[in-house]
Amino acid sequence: MSNQAPLLEMKNIKKSFFGNQVLEDINLTLGEGEVLGLVGENGAGKSTLMKLLFGMTEIRDTGGYEGDVLINGEKVSFNSPFDALAAGIGMVHQEFSLIPGFTATENILLNREPQRKSVASEIFGDRLDTLDRKEMDRRAEDAIEKMGVHIEGDMVISDMPVGHKQFTEIARELSKEQLRLLILDEPTAVLTEREAQALLDSIRGMSKRGIAVIFITHRLQEILDVCDKIVVMRDGVLIKDVPAAETSIPEITRWMVGRNVSGAGNAHREPPETPTVMSIRRLWVDMPGETVRDVNLEVRQGEILGIGGLAGQGKLGIPNGIMGLYPAGGTVTLDGQEIPLNNPRKCLDCQLAFVSEHRRGVGLLMDESLEWNVAFPAMQVHDRFLKPLLGGLIKWRDEKAIREVTDRYIEELQIKCTSTKQKAKELSGGNQQKVCLAKAFALEPKFLFVSEPTRGIDVGAKALVMEALEKLNRESGITIVMISSELEELRQICDRIAIVSGGRIAGILPATEPSEAFGELMVSSVV
Amino acid sequence: MSEYINESNRTLLDRVKGKLKEFGLPRLIITAFLLLMFIIAPFTGANFWTQITNVINRFSWNAVLVLAMVPMVHSGCGLNFGLPVGIIAGLLGATLSIEWGFTGPMSFVMAILIATPFALVFGLAYGWLLNKIKGGEMMIATYVGFSVVSFFCMMWLVLPYKKPDMAWGFEGTGLRTTFPIDKYYGGVLANFLRIQIGRLVIPTGALLFFALLALAMWAFLHTKTGTAMTAVGSNATFARAAGINVDRIRMLSVVMSTWLAAVGILVYEQGFGFVQLYNAPFYMALPAVSAILIGGASANKASITNVIIGTILFQGMVTMTPTVMNGLINLDISEVLRVIVSNGMILYALTRKSEAVR
Repeated sequence: MSNQAPLLEMKNIKKSFFGNQVLEDINLTLGEGEVLGLVGENGAGKSTLMKLLFGMTEIRDTGGYEGDVLINGEKVSFNSPFDALAAGIGMVHQEFSLIPGFTATENILLNREPQRKSVASEIFGDRLDTLDRKEMDRRAEDAIEKMGVHIEGDMVISDMPVGHKQFTEIARELSKEQLRLLILDEPTAVLTEREAQALLDSIRGMSKRGIAVIFITHRLQEILDVCDKIVVMRDGVLIKDVPAAETSIPEITRWMVGRNVSGAGNAHREPPETPTVMSIRRLWVDMPGETVRDVNLEVRQGEILGIGGLAGQGKLGIPNGIMGLYPAGGTVTLDGQEIPLNNPRKCLDCQLAFVSEHRRGVGLLMDESLEWNVAFPAMQVHDRFLKPLLGGLIKWRDEKAIREVTDRYIEELQIKCTSTKQKAKELSGGNQQKVCLAKAFALEPKFLFVSEPTRGIDVGAKALVMEALEKLNRESGITIVMISSELEELRQICDRIAIVSGGRIAGILPATEPSEAFGELMVSSVV
Repeated sequence: MSEYINESNRTLLDRVKGKLKEFGLPRLIITAFLLLMFIIAPFTGANFWTQITNVINRFSWNAVLVLAMVPMVHSGCGLNFGLPVGIIAGLLGATLSIEWGFTGPMSFVMAILIATPFALVFGLAYGWLLNKIKGGEMMIATYVGFSVVSFFCMMWLVLPYKKPDMAWGFEGTGLRTTFPIDKYYGGVLANFLRIQIGRLVIPTGALLFFALLALAMWAFLHTKTGTAMTAVGSNATFARAAGINVDRIRMLSVVMSTWLAAVGILVYEQGFGFVQLYNAPFYMALPAVSAILIGGASANKASITNVIIGTILFQGMVTMTPTVMNGLINLDISEVLRVIVSNGMILYALTRKSEAVR
């Protein structure tokens, strides 16, 4: 069995999206039956690397990649996932790709069903072959057994618990006879603890049969339990490649989040010891993919509080729930007054403002002018930029005031545009983000939620956005809660940082704490 | 120096190209076609001024119905294929006003007043329904229009109308499919301040009435609520995040549209001189939809200019084609052309959502 060349070898892999380097010089080898754990923060490049390996077309559409992928020592170049499948690579995605109305067996063998000739198919061709149900059952049963976790073959997908859906996907990959390498992208994210344990057993089983596994997860303990070696990625760079036996969770977290710049975060000032301005009690939010389970949090007057955490843990659900964009429950008080939930208008009336992470969907009127984008919420909520006519009976839009305020923010935030009349969709991402900020600033809030303000924008715009937020806080004394996936960013600007894990606050630390401390909190109760 | 001129020439050309692109190919073709008709018309023996008069007349009948499209387009409910809902309210106003003995200009005023509560109730129910099926408004609206018309086909027979001017001659009950309204409000607007210069006749009153409604609509869109309506149509989630009650704004737009349709049909009747019941409202929505689309509106953007340009182009085409074609080849293809253009225009517009000219 011991082949000279390893099963998989990746050499000097580089990949950039539109000039943005996302993978840099990745080297990786994987032997037969080896289990490799791939860890890293969101956006570290794990998914891109796997997509590249699996031949996803979006890689090719964005200009391909540099470097070589070798399978058994032979250079390969996959143009589509079909090529990858033919080469024996299988992948289980985070999103389920199953047909809900079909049974597990049918899904496992979809489009690869054993067939039987019939009279009709003799005349009209293969497309009229009938399915060999018995053979199908047998093969599906084989695959399920290979997996080592029992699921009912004749159960319809839509009736299954989430975990079983995940197992069905894995069984589908295992039913492919040529399978030699299986990629599991966060398979345990949706599983219960026992199911996850079963999955780990199944991974060990696969490994014994000689199938190599690449296992991506945020649950570090699982990685240590099951993997032969661990690869840590950060910012598109492969940071560490070590045998699992020689490392520990604290070490891995340090590699994951630690930057080369080891400087402490916000050194400008001591966290203010001011009274609580907003208190959140037993908050739950039903936001798909970002469920908040039970959040208790005190925000102090005049501080910048950061909320961090891994994707899907619920950090985004907190502002979206409080601002009434998703169904929520619990109590939130501002200045001792309770804020009614599920009612965006009431929040805005309380002088709360929110810059949504979903710029195009929630944050902007893409087809309207910058003037409208900046002035609209303030106009609707506080009756600003309006001229009363006929003794206040008619509230007429005051175009001049709107233009003035827009001009002011264009200058203040250095928004690059041709005029105040330019449509929002014509701006670049960074400038759109600044418009979102201008919109919130125009509301003149006393409390501001900013969600992922730097997502998808370039470095220069990032710095400007951060500066604007800091200025607003320092000069106008406005309390800011900033939610971001990028810990370093939070540490730069925030006074304290709360880490969300599993829909709960895992802990709140001053921004000056070392990165590892935050890293540990991030993975503390991941669900 | 020569380089500079070259440069400015190019930008001028680009600007013209840009304007043309903004204007849109279909509108360009239809405008060209209409101009061609006007040029050919005198050669076929038709009088130029009579033709102009016809076009202005048809414009004055239809413009309010086209204007009724605007609020729902702004609030993101799409094109109001359910225009018959409002038209029925208008017809109830018309028939009841006549039944209760109002005559002359008073019958027009009363028709509007009586139609208003019906338009309100119908609009609220219709709006409530459209709020339940966000995203599929235009299809549902079409069927709502059909059902309401069909239901009222029965009601026109059953309701106890007695006025001999409207009822069937033999039975004395049930309304006729078409009846003249010379004694009532036929021409009340058109004859108000009517201007006649040779063969050119301008129905000043009807044009003024439209101008008044258009001005009111324009003004409304500049108010706080009007701004909210446009924002809801542009991005409903954005509007909700800004504290707008999206459903209520949509409801308001549907009620406005329904009321304008009710008034619109009354204006149409006063110009046309007849009230048409039963299946007639079926055929009112499509011309209005295509007119506003020809005017440059799209499924979620529309302006008063779109209404005016669109109505002139569409009605111009419908009136000019038969005269010219008859003169040329003794064959009336205007109906065929109307169907091709109106349906083609709707199809075209629905494929290019949101690229409206403002």
